[in-house]
Amino acid sequence: MRFTTTSMALALAGSTMIAGAAQAELTGDLKIFLDTSNPAPRATMEKMIGDFAALHPDLNIETTVIDREAYKTQIRNFLTADAPDVATWYAANRMTPYVTAGLFEDVSDLWAEPEIAENLASTKGAMTIDGKQWGVPYTYYQWGIYYRKDIYEELGLSEPATFDEMKSNCQVIIDSGRACYTIGSKFLWTAGGWFDYLNMRTNGFDFHMALAAGEVKWTDDRVRATFANWRELIDMGAFVENHQNYSWQEALPFMVKGEAAAYLMGNFAVAPLREAGLTDDQLDFYQFPVINPDVALAEDAPTDTFHIPSGAQNKEAAREFLRYVVSADVQTEINNGANLGQLPINASASVDDDKFLNEGFAMLSSNSPGGVAQFFDRDYPAEMAAEAMQGLQEFMVIPDNLDDILNRLDKVAERVYAK
Amino acid sequence: MSSVDPTLPPGTTSRSWYKRNEIAVTPWLFLAPAILFFAFYVIWPIYQSIVISFYDWDGLGEARFIGMGNYVELMDDGAFEVSLWNNLKWLLFYLLAIPGGLFIALFLNQTVTGIRLYKSLFFFPFVISQVVVGLVFSWFYLPNEGLLNGMLGLVGLGPVNVLGDPSWATYGIIAAGLWPQTAYCMILYLTGLNAVDPEQIEAGRLDGAKGWKMLWYIIIPQLKPATFIAFVVTIIGALRSFDLISIMTNGGPFGQTRVLSFYMFEKALSEYGFRMGYGAAIAVVLFLIMLVFIAYFLWSMWKEERGR
Repeated sequence: MRFTTTSMALALAGSTMIAGAAQAELTGDLKIFLDTSNPAPRATMEKMIGDFAALHPDLNIETTVIDREAYKTQIRNFLTADAPDVATWYAANRMTPYVTAGLFEDVSDLWAEPEIAENLASTKGAMTIDGKQWGVPYTYYQWGIYYRKDIYEELGLSEPATFDEMKSNCQVIIDSGRACYTIGSKFLWTAGGWFDYLNMRTNGFDFHMALAAGEVKWTDDRVRATFANWRELIDMGAFVENHQNYSWQEALPFMVKGEAAAYLMGNFAVAPLREAGLTDDQLDFYQFPVINPDVALAEDAPTDTFHIPSGAQNKEAAREFLRYVVSADVQTEINNGANLGQLPINASASVDDDKFLNEGFAMLSSNSPGGVAQFFDRDYPAEMAAEAMQGLQEFMVIPDNLDDILNRLDKVAERVYAK
Repeated sequence: MSSVDPTLPPGTTSRSWYKRNEIAVTPWLFLAPAILFFAFYVIWPIYQSIVISFYDWDGLGEARFIGMGNYVELMDDGAFEVSLWNNLKWLLFYLLAIPGGLFIALFLNQTVTGIRLYKSLFFFPFVISQVVVGLVFSWFYLPNEGLLNGMLGLVGLGPVNVLGDPSWATYGIIAAGLWPQTAYCMILYLTGLNAVDPEQIEAGRLDGAKGWKMLWYIIIPQLKPATFIAFVVTIIGALRSFDLISIMTNGGPFGQTRVLSFYMFEKALSEYGFRMGYGAAIAVVLFLIMLVFIAYFLWSMWKEERGR
């Protein structure tokens, strides 16, 4: 481990020496703010920054790690008052407030460099607002259905490819005394994941994005069709009961104990499921099944990003750091199973040899022709997302309130998109 | 303490301005630090909140003046209405802490071996953090594993999902809040009971009062100061309720347990919020409600002072 990273750092040092021959050595201070506060990501980031520092001995790097939840509110203060040189954030609509307020630096010049333009093309859309790019992505992960393979085998079921199979599987699971899907909707966003998939499978990626952009009304019949499909699952008892009481982590034990057979979740659910004792023989993954065969499959794959605040002091060093972060070798290293355990952004990077990462990478690179969405609360404007996710939870608990919910969302949309 | 210095002839100029005005100035000097801080950290923010409530502002960009726009929107906001009603429920049911505290205090106000231990145990919930209280009650209420449903099951009552049911959730949280609040009122009354005049009790007993009559006509009137303080802290506590809601339901299910302070936080400061103006408008409404009580408290304190 140590040997490989050292040799990698050496190799990188060599390559930057050749590439940067004409370029002045980086000096001064580089302040980096991170939201990667969990132990493993934190260690990964700190090590990567250490490697970067080793390449630029004259650069004085100062790293601040802020708790992930606290970061979401603090970013507003530090971007306006005391901006660092580099800061982590999220792609798509979640960066809009800072872009429109002029707090993020336009980094289109980085994206014009062939190295980045070619290798990062897949995420360019998520980083683009007003035709310009405002940051670089460093990791992403697939969403999909994680299920208990042993339960499926016990009941003689196989991975469903269509909605009908999904429902008939589900009926068998319910008859065996289990719930088909676990979910904890206390913090609302998990319900957003279900809506993303049901809507993208029913109406397609473009419609989903049009709804996100406020071009379609929530009371539209096509949106109702999505809810009608959802309701079929709710009415048959597909979801665990009382999900409004649980966080996503608190919903995991249902699956671990075998009371629920599957979980629509991001790849970050794999680690706690494994820690809870599920082996790779018991745990497997499938892509959310086809509902409407006429629409191309599209996926959720949230992207985490690095940005340069417009108030940064050392933008030159910050740009160099961004180049370093997205380079193929660094991407391979920080995303491997021992570190972030997610997917690298750079097309030339290699995916760590993990069952779920491989499946996810294959799915996103070859089986999501419809497009790749970020996630409900990143694609929809923040205010709309907050109101809508609350409505989605209400729908999951009291499906009869649908008309009321949709009318309410239309009313909120009127104000949110009028700005 | 006299302002007249007998060693100096009247009308002399050697007396400094401070010496001449000492009696008038000194109280203000004592008050100055407090007034300064109060103005800076209380009055000024209140003023600012009121100003911000007339703007449409996301905390980053330009603030846009929209007059009463935020208040007009509040009138038509279902979530605001829910928060208002919930605040009312909090106000009403939180007051149960006062008779509850009085009852426990009367019960514990005896000399029995180990009474201090019992008092400590009753006081314990007030010592632990509200966050812990919230977590403990969340587990207690859990629909499948929770102790509450375990107990209900024993007497053959079906499982209830207290925090997941929009019609029960607020009451569930208030019940959790009553636990530490009752302990607080109990301590206030225990201290009050220490000050009850034994001669009056003796006199009452000679006149044949006992039981409820003794409590109602002799004890409770003497506990008036304690009751007043208990009333103040309970009302303020009810209007400030925030942490328990945040911990136990996060405002859910679908926003049915919000109160004004929580709704203000959601709109102005939470992950998806940042409508500073709208949040400020909610805060102003909450402030006006509090002002009614604060005015009443100040008035009755003033009356008390004057009566002496």
